[in-house]
Amino acid sequence: MATQTAPLPLTASPRRPISAVLHDWITTVDHKKIGLMYIGYALLFLVIGGAQALLMRIQLMRPESHFVSPETFNQLFTMHGTTMVFFVAMPVLFGFGNYLIPLMIGARDMAFPRLNAFSFWVSAFGGFLLYFSYIGGSGLYGGGGAPDVGWWAYAPLTSKVFSPGHSSDYWTLSILLSGVGSIGTAINIVATALSMRCRGMTLYRMPLLVWLYTVMSGMVFVTISPLTAAQIMLLLDRYLGSHFFDTQAGGSAVLWMHYFWIFGHPEVYVLILPVFAFMNEIVPVFSRKAIFGYPAMVAASVGIGFISLSVWAHHMFTIGMTAAGNTFFVLATMCVGVPTGIKIFNWLGTIWGGKVRFDPPMMFAIGFLFQFLAAGLTGIMLSVAPFDWQLNNSYFVVAHFHYVIVGGILFSLFAAFYYWYPKMTGRMLSTRLAHWHFWLFLVGFHVTFDPMHFVGLDGMVRRTFTYPLDRGWGTLNMVISIGAFIQAIATLIFVYNLVHSFFRGRLAGSDPWDAWTLEWSTPSPPPHYNFATEPTVESRRPLWDLKHPEDPDSLYE
Amino acid sequence: MQQAVISHIGVGHTLYRLAITALPPGSTSIFNPAGTPAHSVFSLSMLVFGITGGVFVVVGGLLLYALLRYRGRTGDKQEPQQIYGSTQIELSWTVIPILIVVMLFLATARIIFATQNASKPDNALDVTIIGHQFWWEFRYPKLGIVTANELHFPATDGQSRTPVYLSMISADTDHSFWVPRLAGKTDVIPNRINTMWIDADAPGLYVGQCAQYCGLEHAKMLLRIYAQKPADFAEWVAHQQQPALEDPALADGRAIFEHNACISCHTVRGTVATGTFGPDLTHLASRDTFASGSVPLTRDNLRAFIADPGALKPGVLMPAMHLNDHDLDRVTDYLMSLK
Repeated sequence: MATQTAPLPLTASPRRPISAVLHDWITTVDHKKIGLMYIGYALLFLVIGGAQALLMRIQLMRPESHFVSPETFNQLFTMHGTTMVFFVAMPVLFGFGNYLIPLMIGARDMAFPRLNAFSFWVSAFGGFLLYFSYIGGSGLYGGGGAPDVGWWAYAPLTSKVFSPGHSSDYWTLSILLSGVGSIGTAINIVATALSMRCRGMTLYRMPLLVWLYTVMSGMVFVTISPLTAAQIMLLLDRYLGSHFFDTQAGGSAVLWMHYFWIFGHPEVYVLILPVFAFMNEIVPVFSRKAIFGYPAMVAASVGIGFISLSVWAHHMFTIGMTAAGNTFFVLATMCVGVPTGIKIFNWLGTIWGGKVRFDPPMMFAIGFLFQFLAAGLTGIMLSVAPFDWQLNNSYFVVAHFHYVIVGGILFSLFAAFYYWYPKMTGRMLSTRLAHWHFWLFLVGFHVTFDPMHFVGLDGMVRRTFTYPLDRGWGTLNMVISIGAFIQAIATLIFVYNLVHSFFRGRLAGSDPWDAWTLEWSTPSPPPHYNFATEPTVESRRPLWDLKHPEDPDSLYE
Repeated sequence: MQQAVISHIGVGHTLYRLAITALPPGSTSIFNPAGTPAHSVFSLSMLVFGITGGVFVVVGGLLLYALLRYRGRTGDKQEPQQIYGSTQIELSWTVIPILIVVMLFLATARIIFATQNASKPDNALDVTIIGHQFWWEFRYPKLGIVTANELHFPATDGQSRTPVYLSMISADTDHSFWVPRLAGKTDVIPNRINTMWIDADAPGLYVGQCAQYCGLEHAKMLLRIYAQKPADFAEWVAHQQQPALEDPALADGRAIFEHNACISCHTVRGTVATGTFGPDLTHLASRDTFASGSVPLTRDNLRAFIADPGALKPGVLMPAMHLNDHDLDRVTDYLMSLK
């Protein structure tokens, strides 16, 4: 949270009035400042969403508990899911993308700086609108009320009959706005990657991070559009008497599911591709080797992008599709495993024969590799439709996607923070605190999410504010809740590290990790214009060529 | 099928049996199947666990080996040899996963078609399930029975197997019918009729609950499935087909029931109460629970529920009727007599 408000040392003059600094940040079109604002905003919501998770875990510690009311619990899981996906994961990934892409391709800014600022502010407004529901959710009658329809907002729960008041309106409008922002930034990323690269940087020499962000942005066009369309249809239903999803008047609940999941499943890859991108930068640098199989990595990413557009109905194996329909989506889903497997094997190939350094970014990267492997394999289990008939909507699914999102995405994000924080602030994060953060978070993560698979296999259903005593789920739930608190403590250590190191951290210099991509050729933090003169590159690793003129990459590519 | 799979793993089988006996009485473990669809999912899941477990051990082991074997030494400034890729190796780790996917896909497709397209035997029992916020309505169209939250059907008894074919629809929001020990779940969706079938290996009570978030009281929308010996089931059917019992001693309780709004929503067959919005109460007292399986049916519980339904079941659509203590006692006695 503190990073949200902490003044960042990007301006030369030391003592300017607060108003001038604020004006500077609010009106900025600089990709680095916008990137940092995205990241700060996401961290603020990460703390809020995390607090919601802790409240739910207190409620679920014991069977038949009355810590929070059913209304509150249903609002908590709706807000937790919506916040974490739309207002933590998306902005933090766009933030890193914004910050890094121009620096990595030797550009001075994104292709459309003002669109960039617009996208950030419209997304941010969406987030605040969602939380305004706590005040305005019941209209002007005084009481507030957050949305309580789940983050899928399945029809017909969102119709006027089942969701009176305005809480669902705040939900749908915030998703609409965040979607507009996401599409704006995606356009910007694609345009930047295609047209702003420096001299010599062919697509074949573009850093993998930029490649993966480009694929991810292409997916955003295809997946956010139906989501946005569905929000407009829902608003028409609620206010202008249309009947798209209004089952009482002949509308279709299943139609909403299709709209939601044609967004919802590719969204997982929208989130995971940038995270793969971080791995593609961090694993080679800390293994001291070039990435293994660059062309295959690009092909696998594009492959994931396409295949993942045809798997959405694996979220709907239980809605009564025909056997043929189910079978198609089983095959499509299992196929995604192949390019994803290629990525894991290529990281293994990168480590193989290297000299691995266990600095904090690599520690989190290693955590990612093992946990993402496990998450992928539970994903294979869920793709087996008959198995999914049992597992769907059980805590097994909750455990699976938290393995992806926390064990995969969040671990990789922590790696990215430790890796690029020195570039962004000019100071190193404390290694001692990083070790505390890593080990506590690792333990907390496994204590929370490993037992969660077992309560799911034991029949515990998600989105339930309590569970009967005689089912025997009490002990495991207590363990899960304890794990959640361990993760919370670890996260506080991380936030403290971010703030403390900002003022007291060791000076980083321009290239603390002895890395190879262009961002490390600029001072830390980079000046407003990034590069005084446009760089020229001859390979994928321009700084390697510079450091090893006797054996440059350009000889081999 | 389940036996065939686990008998191959001697020690595993013993451990599995031990684990199953350690389960609590209300267990809903999918590893303790008691119906044909649940058995086929269980044996398929064992195959899936085997394959994914194998992949995890091999890939995880290689990763661990690489990280330990190729760890950097402090002070070693020499960069390792740079390798950019290898077509043969990359081809092999593309082809092997494809083969695994093909195998797993074929095994899955077989179970999907065997379960979903199973032919319906002539003696199958038909039941219509209607999901409500927040309770289950069960209708036996050929038997003329309407009941709530507790589904009765005959368990497999020797050669006599009577599967139950369920057609399901929702009266309001999405629900999902899930009894883990009998079968996987099927969603109960408004404007859409879904079907599934279940059977049970042995008589017993199988519990489950609504598995699709359906609103405020989703957590307490429980399910109770009673698989009975065929003779017991026949007896249950004969009893449920009777109109409500009449006890002249409780006539004043019945009068209070019939002169209040109760009859707008509830049916008691053979009386003026013909409402269909709430559960059918004709044989209420023959059930073990009420409030969608979440409250044991005792006189005290029922009285408390009528006095203030929302206290026992937040989100319930039944309003508090504000009866005085005398009326409350009489109505409770009347309802408790509806055996």
